[in-house]
Amino acid sequence: MIKPILMQGNEACIAGALAAGMDFFAGYPITPSTEIAELAAERLPARQGRFIQMEDEIASMGAIIGASLTGRKAMTATSGPGFSLKQENIGYAAITEVPCVVVNVQRAGPSTGIPTAPAQGDVMQARWGTHGDHPVIALSPSSVAETFDLTFRCFNLAERFRTPVILLLDEIVGHMREAIVLPAVETLELVHRLRPSGDPAKYIPYDAPLGASAPMADFGSGYPYHVTGLTHDREGFTTAKPSEVEFLIRRLASKIEMNLEEILQWEELQVEDADILLVAYGATARSARAAMKQARGKGIKVGLFRPMTIWPFPEEALRQVAIGKQVIVPEMNLGQLALEIERVVHKDITTVTQVDGEPLKPDKILAAIYNLAGTGKGV
Amino acid sequence: MGSVAHNYLRTSKMPHIWCPGCGNGIITQALLKAIDQLQLDPQKIVVVSGIGCSSRAPGYLDFNTLHTTHGRALAFATGVKHGNPDLTVIALTGDGDCAAIGGNHLIHACRRNIDITTVVFNNNVYGMTSGQFSPLTPVGSYATTAPYGNIDRSFDLCQLSQAAGASFVARSTTYHANHLKDMIVSALQNKGFSLVEAMTHCPTYFGRRNRIGGPVEMLKQQQEQGVTVQAAARMTPEELTGKYLIGELHNQPLPEFCEQYQQVIAKAGGAR
Ligand SMILES: Cc1ncc(C[n+]2csc(CCOP(=O)(O)OP(=O)(O)O)c2C)c(N)n1
Repeated sequence: MIKPILMQGNEACIAGALAAGMDFFAGYPITPSTEIAELAAERLPARQGRFIQMEDEIASMGAIIGASLTGRKAMTATSGPGFSLKQENIGYAAITEVPCVVVNVQRAGPSTGIPTAPAQGDVMQARWGTHGDHPVIALSPSSVAETFDLTFRCFNLAERFRTPVILLLDEIVGHMREAIVLPAVETLELVHRLRPSGDPAKYIPYDAPLGASAPMADFGSGYPYHVTGLTHDREGFTTAKPSEVEFLIRRLASKIEMNLEEILQWEELQVEDADILLVAYGATARSARAAMKQARGKGIKVGLFRPMTIWPFPEEALRQVAIGKQVIVPEMNLGQLALEIERVVHKDITTVTQVDGEPLKPDKILAAIYNLAGTGKGV
Repeated sequence: MGSVAHNYLRTSKMPHIWCPGCGNGIITQALLKAIDQLQLDPQKIVVVSGIGCSSRAPGYLDFNTLHTTHGRALAFATGVKHGNPDLTVIALTGDGDCAAIGGNHLIHACRRNIDITTVVFNNNVYGMTSGQFSPLTPVGSYATTAPYGNIDRSFDLCQLSQAAGASFVARSTTYHANHLKDMIVSALQNKGFSLVEAMTHCPTYFGRRNRIGGPVEMLKQQQEQGVTVQAAARMTPEELTGKYLIGELHNQPLPEFCEQYQQVIAKAGGAR
């Protein structure tokens, strides 16, 4: 008999990371993410991993990139203000193609905001927080069990695509406790970055076609090479040659664009017969599911589209599902992912927004459903 | 016959970006001679830098090299060293990179006494961005952002590092090139955080604006102003005005961070 265990979202994050092979963590305390650092400090050394509390979030981000370059699977965790501080070095990891995982347990902002209150206000920052065009993968779980799964997945995606991967948690899921059954270790499929083999003299560290990245050598493993945040050629050395610059920037983006099937994950609930489609993620998806059930009880056909991959956004899937349906997007912000969804479904949508530091409750979504169903607009 | 430094250069990446008369090459050569003298394994050397003229040095060096973001060399270097303590980690940084934007990382790397050898290329100015004052620009000097003379007091980086907990601190100059090499040798031998402040000259953005002259005059100034700890001991305070100390300023073995972490692993039950 597998016994379910009671676990907090932030703890499930660490459990998922350790299952994925995390062996390095650098962080700086900030509510509501701190438990992740505390658990890393406790559990990593017990399995020969290494923890370090850095002097700030900029340093934490730098340290995990440095550690990843020595071959470690590295993670940092933070929240709002700390996520802002990490941005420059997230861009560094993106252009130098250093795998790492950045957890952001979203809290109410901007600035110090309400440290203990939930929000989903960092969705666009996760996409565009660092300057310049760059690839991004961001996942957002809705439950404690899914926090385990998606943190695990973050590592696999980071290793597979040599890119920083962001886990967008929120205060609700991060601090919530649920009974979960951890998957058996042998069922988990671990991904490790490709490493070079053969003649070191022939190693070209950034030699890859569109959609791919080259094998990555660990510092000290006999394949010395150069890493720089300047735009670089295939050998890793700085270049301002337009053709080389353009190839690099397009290749970085294409690693994501050309591998969407591997990256995208979403859930569809009762969408087949639905007249109204809720599109929700993270903790808000839980309220959306509750609202959907209540509305169905009243005979209103409501479905739910729940992206677990936020960036890249599962646009093709949503576009298909949304055909002929009215779309409601509840979010704990002033309507951020709603912008992307509106672009994708290409019609007017209804937003349900909340920025008072309280969770977005099912009632509020239900009111929007009744409103739409009552007027019968386009249903 | 060329310098032993040539054995460690990525000559295909030359010419370098530094101006004629720049002191950065002298410091780089001193570093390479120190590495050669100690016969360190090049495969195990990681050279990390931030952003600036001086931080371009790693691109020319045939080791594992990591050119990071402005001010953050020591944050990345800390991750490299903690990630694999078997590596020899060297950080190259400018006075702005190290003491302004990177100042917080510097004091904390000192405090941890993590085994990183840091060489600060102190040209008293922001070179890469064309001549603004830095936290190591002397009061009264001119810079593009101090057109009426600099009023910001400058740090004594060596005292700062010592106070912050570095176990080895030294200063030298590009004029005293061999002495500089010796200081870097000792720094590399120290198991802990070592800082070597290398006084260098930027004729383009500091020497000219401050009417010191060209590279030769600037080197002469280093010769006059740099006084060894031994010579200074025999000099009066008056004789020492306008001078700075060169040599080993602090050498006090202390527990090293990664070694301490081995004990954390043992306590946590993770030791093999
Ligand atoms: C975050 C950030 N701020 C500012 C800059 C611009 N910048 C590049 S180099 C530099 C100063 C370099 O001066 P120093 O560290 O003294 O090195 P030097 O060029 O003199 O060797 C500055 C301000 C930057 N690259 N990144």
